[in-house]
Amino acid sequence: MPHIELPEGFPGISAGFTYRPETARPMRELAHILLHEPNSLTPGERELIATYVSSRNNCHFCQSSHGAAAACHLGDEAVVKQVKTDFQSAPISEKLKSLLVIAGKVQQDGKLVTRADADAARKAGATDLEIHDTVLIAAAFCMFNRYVDGLGTWQPDNPEMYAQMGRHLADEGYKQPSIKQPLEKPLEEPVSIP
Amino acid sequence: MPHIALPPDLPGIRGAMAFRPETARPLNALVEVLLTGPSTLSRGERELIATYVSSRNCTHYCHSIHGAIAAAHLGGNEALVMQVKSDFTQAAISPKLKALLSIAGKVQQDGKLVTAEDVRAARVLGATDLEIHDTVLIAAAFCMYNRYVDGLGTDQPEDEALYRERGRRVARDGYVTVSEEYLASHTEAAHA
Repeated sequence: MPHIELPEGFPGISAGFTYRPETARPMRELAHILLHEPNSLTPGERELIATYVSSRNNCHFCQSSHGAAAACHLGDEAVVKQVKTDFQSAPISEKLKSLLVIAGKVQQDGKLVTRADADAARKAGATDLEIHDTVLIAAAFCMFNRYVDGLGTWQPDNPEMYAQMGRHLADEGYKQPSIKQPLEKPLEEPVSIP
Repeated sequence: MPHIALPPDLPGIRGAMAFRPETARPLNALVEVLLTGPSTLSRGERELIATYVSSRNCTHYCHSIHGAIAAAHLGGNEALVMQVKSDFTQAAISPKLKALLSIAGKVQQDGKLVTAEDVRAARVLGATDLEIHDTVLIAAAFCMYNRYVDGLGTDQPEDEALYRERGRRVARDGYVTVSEEYLASHTEAAHA
């Protein structure tokens, strides 16, 4: 149960966004620019960075929804799983691997990133803007994940819901809600019998 | 030295924001709503939450500038800001703010550490749901700002006078207004 009275039937961050539209607006805009607008990193690559960080923060809602968005962009669910478990052995570019190394350090503490990490990424073909965006995506998901977890939001275990969200995020981005109406009461939650 | 080619002469988050004005806008808009927008928490209280989280993340630039902004809102009481950073339980702040700072400290580590008991304790001391929401989001947002500033290896000066002077300006004019100066001047320089 959420720690505060969030609107019912809205999973994960959609509950926080519905509760407080003033803060939702810049947060949506930030996600939209970082993950959806034109960039020399593909949307699939950027969603993989978001998914990887959310997975390391153990945030079920965020890793599931962004994992689904990544799978939509890439047409491949297996690679998403592989990136979560061991990205070094995933079929992704050396450049993306070097950016995921940086993202993983930012997830722990930004101070762990070294000049050598940035040089390795540049050597693999990363631009300064791509390194910047990687650092900011990783940092931003340290915010989104803590927001979703810190409010105790409802994070259903419902692959179908995440698949639908992922499709919306991949197609439309982040400016408009992917969950527009409250969802039905979740079946997996125990119903008390009087 | 920063890990990427950030504009020189702009320390901390300002260099990063001038490098990428597109993301700077929502980043400034978010901090403006959270720390200066209408709220039943005073601006000083909200800056103390931001300062405390930045201090726990050991991000020198952020805990210095937000500490200076907090002091500017709190009648120049720098000792209080120092006390909140080192041990807020002993600081001369309200029990409600202490309860909110313990929630913020948990969010700084991992949002999942916040318990129903933490929230109940804050409510008993008078915190509203919106105040608890904003505390969680301020703490979460500073886990982003801190990592952004540290992760790019930005220049983080030691000069306390610099933070004090700038803290007064941000306390007076707000984040968006102050950011427009360096975002605009950098954009002009880049396009000259």
